Amino acid sequence: MGYRKVAIVGAGMTKFVRRAQETGKELSWQAAKMALDSCELTLDQVDCVTLGTAPDAFDGVHMKGEYLADGAGAWRKPYMRHYVGGGTGVFSPIHGWFHIASGMADIVLVVAEEKMSSCHPHPQGAFITIFDHTTEQPLKPNLIWIFALEMNRYMQTYGLSKKDIALVSVKNKKNAIDHPAAQVAEEITVDDVLNSETLAWPVNRLDISPASDGAAAIVLVSERVARRLTDKPVWIDGVGFSIDTAYWATRDLSYPNYVETAARMAYDMAGITEPSKQIHVAEPYDPFDYKELHHMEGLMLCPRGKAAQLTADGVTQRDGNMPICPSGGALGVGNPIAATGLMKVIEIFLQLRGDAGKRQVPGNPTCGLAQAWGDLMQMGTVVVMRS
Amino acid sequence: MKLEDYELRGTALRSSDIKKGKVLSTSWEPDLKYAWDNGVAIGRYLAELKAGQIIGRACHKCRRIMIPPRMFCELCFRPTDEWIPLEDTGTVNTFSIVHVNWDASRRKKGEPPLIPAVIEIDGASKGMGIMHMLSEVDPKDVKIGMKVKAVWKSEEEREGAITDILYFKPARAKAGKRRKQ
Repeated sequence: MGYRKVAIVGAGMTKFVRRAQETGKELSWQAAKMALDSCELTLDQVDCVTLGTAPDAFDGVHMKGEYLADGAGAWRKPYMRHYVGGGTGVFSPIHGWFHIASGMADIVLVVAEEKMSSCHPHPQGAFITIFDHTTEQPLKPNLIWIFALEMNRYMQTYGLSKKDIALVSVKNKKNAIDHPAAQVAEEITVDDVLNSETLAWPVNRLDISPASDGAAAIVLVSERVARRLTDKPVWIDGVGFSIDTAYWATRDLSYPNYVETAARMAYDMAGITEPSKQIHVAEPYDPFDYKELHHMEGLMLCPRGKAAQLTADGVTQRDGNMPICPSGGALGVGNPIAATGLMKVIEIFLQLRGDAGKRQVPGNPTCGLAQAWGDLMQMGTVVVMRS
Repeated sequence: MKLEDYELRGTALRSSDIKKGKVLSTSWEPDLKYAWDNGVAIGRYLAELKAGQIIGRACHKCRRIMIPPRMFCELCFRPTDEWIPLEDTGTVNTFSIVHVNWDASRRKKGEPPLIPAVIEIDGASKGMGIMHMLSEVDPKDVKIGMKVKAVWKSEEEREGAITDILYFKPARAKAGKRRKQ
């Protein structure tokens, strides 16, 4: 297709915490520096920098990309910020990929940062302005409401219960116990989820990931540089992204068509024809437990409406046939929006290198996928990676 | 590389650390005001709401009758063709029973939960819904697929806003006393 091959060779991240003492700039620096150190590169070798970060409204800082630039290592370099809501963190490697695939750069530092804690009393309040200002905002909606609406429609369409879905939260929070950056790792039961505070039925407190502060970074390089730097490069073999209509109430809420469109684009590029067989490990975006299931279906990892059954059967556990969110996901590691997506990319990078430690899935996986979702429930971002 | 081989950075703070002055923070309360122009399509939509009418817009190419109305069809990418008066009744596509307000604060003790819903409006194409609220119904009795009807503000109170419809109520229920949301 005329693209140059692109490899991930280094990664770094901070802990994910509810409120970090560090500024967003400092968090960005911590993740970026670790990523460079991990592949023994220095900033002067980096050709350009891309940065992902979600709404400026979290920070109350307009032009957040410019504010964070120094921490991301962008000083006097070509630099671009990308933002597609919750989909941002998996758009990050795609944005970096363009720079190398096109031949413009050989070494790109990709940073994703989020500091949600600055927004008071709760960062949820910042989301009021994502709704249409004339036809929706006067009803004073909250983002949890519309996820609850989507979850209810999904449950109704496929006859799923809250118990079926709570299993995802139980699995991911448990997986996160083995993740050194995790914010809300714990062993809980389905009953704990069902008995947690009902925020917007059918969504309870433990169906949702937390608000978090954190940053993550990766180093992307061209094939020539990759061969020189490491004997364990992980290749970005497919990228896909797609946006659906902003008239969200007119969409089929039971199925994420925008994820399928993004996945088909990435699969075509990577030569994936049977995703459920060819993808060995996946990190779909799980800000809510039902979203992991919804996204598995949109990614065509299983037939529509069947993801809950696979979860109940243990297929999506780390030692199952199709490990899903072995990191612990947004539900367990935490959800600093943009950084979460890149954390998922890092997890697949580590899994495919055999470097995931206690989180390592068995069977020497060689092909994995990360996916995120965002904007007004309408954006899908997907990367397919191979060792 | 393994994450476990690194001392991950990032220092967790507690609210008490800030309250006790162990860590300093700076705060700001902006007081910004916005006035949004309603545009051509939504301007007419709101004017019709003021008159007690829900209106949609048709694209003759893809044959959709759309709500909210729009002057261009985002699928065909051409101008839409015609205004179509719709019913003020519809079907519940999905709903939630909510205890959190827009800013994540909780509904106060004694306040009933809110019931936002996606309502497919009769007369529009299948699947064309809007977000609005349900009321005059026990949350336990709300079902997907339920038929509902708009409850309007009085003519004098209507101002050309989505809130000119107070809420939707079950279509077959007896006309009860109007409750304020």
